[in-house]
Amino acid sequence: MDFLQPTSLTEALDIMSAHPEALPILGGTDVMVELNFDRRRPAQIVDLGRVAELDDWGAENGRLRIGAGVTYARLIADLGERLPGLAIASRTVGSPQIRNRGTVGGNLGTSSPAGDGLPPLYVSDAEVELVSSEGRRRVPVERFITGPKRNSLAPGELISAFLIPEAEGPQQYAKIGTRNAMVIAVCSVALALHPSERQVAACVGSAGPTPIRALDAERFIAGVLEEGNLWESPRALGDTALRRFGELVELAARPISDVRGTAAYRLHAVGVLGERTLKWAWNDYCGGSR
Amino acid sequence: MRLTVTVNGERREVDGLWEGESLLYALRERLGLPGSKNACEQGECGSCSVYLDGTLVCSCLVLAGQAEDREVQTVEGIAPDGALHPVQSAFVETGAVQCGFCTPGLIVASHDLLRRNPRPTDPEIREALAGNLCRCTGYEKILDAVRLAGERILETQTAAQAGSKQVCDTSLGGAV
Repeated sequence: MDFLQPTSLTEALDIMSAHPEALPILGGTDVMVELNFDRRRPAQIVDLGRVAELDDWGAENGRLRIGAGVTYARLIADLGERLPGLAIASRTVGSPQIRNRGTVGGNLGTSSPAGDGLPPLYVSDAEVELVSSEGRRRVPVERFITGPKRNSLAPGELISAFLIPEAEGPQQYAKIGTRNAMVIAVCSVALALHPSERQVAACVGSAGPTPIRALDAERFIAGVLEEGNLWESPRALGDTALRRFGELVELAARPISDVRGTAAYRLHAVGVLGERTLKWAWNDYCGGSR
Repeated sequence: MRLTVTVNGERREVDGLWEGESLLYALRERLGLPGSKNACEQGECGSCSVYLDGTLVCSCLVLAGQAEDREVQTVEGIAPDGALHPVQSAFVETGAVQCGFCTPGLIVASHDLLRRNPRPTDPEIREALAGNLCRCTGYEKILDAVRLAGERILETQTAAQAGSKQVCDTSLGGAV
């Protein structure tokens, strides 16, 4: 195994171009488990920890461009106000030690349906930026992730950043697990209100081969809010509407049964989480948040 | 592969590393520092917790090469002069040690909490130590230890502030 340690993105891309199957590592919270347990023995491993370009974040044409190497701890500390949903999700990742090293870039690279950083990207229509020595392309996160632990990263390509709009309304993330830390989601729901588009976006996590947007639930609640003129004159949502929204979130999920939970449990739980996250976010909106 | 790394303030150089080995392995097997414990090797248990450039990490999830030219502080470096750090003595006094396997990781994680916040609430302690498992389930005593250590650190800081300005605050010991 070769250990390669580029100090710039250009150098990293040259390495990836020469060794398209090389395994990139940054925070290592996923990759090291694979190495420690003999599950993976790449011919080359490329440490991206010294590529400063991956560590940056900033505004770009009305959106935030966040480098793939920004850790969960930094997302919480530096971007919690701008991206509350992603920050809530980041707080549920692992433990302090894991959040100090793990990155959304890594979550994207692993493409686990249970990745906590992913549903918040789906509900904000985030894009994933991919670079190679050939150039740069940006792909909607929904198209980037293609299946369980599968994505459209081409050989020789690296995930350089993701692009996401700042929150313009309340956002939520809720996750089911056996305890409050060190838990891979049994299932989860991310939800974001987009007042200027008069839209509520919801996405289930760990309840299908990929995170899945609950589009029927979104259309239903958009109708309810429109009909009652609730975006302009906000008042609490009725129980019937909340329950129906939860049912439709449940219908969007396509879970399997595995060691963490049965499909039936996951279906029920995402429905409950859908209802709850909508209630929390909508109450915040009624209370004048953003 | 060769690794040059500053460990507990001392620059060390070791040779013959396998490129895929963890910082934890390098610390224990190459650098003669077995304080950091090897249990889960997947970041679940926190018993290998160390500082990497001042950040609390699981050393089992750091590739050894990633520590090249970086600063690592292990549990051995928490009290470099041989005396116990207030966190360590508090663990002893409150009986927060049963089998002792999780203790080094908990010492480092508690140290990290208390250097930022010597007066943590119970939820803050639980959150800060959420990545450290004690299979003897001695958590109550561990919480006692962190509270006691926090009090001691505050007392030392207050005393230092009350005393001469020449008194340097060494309550948190080491390079951190």
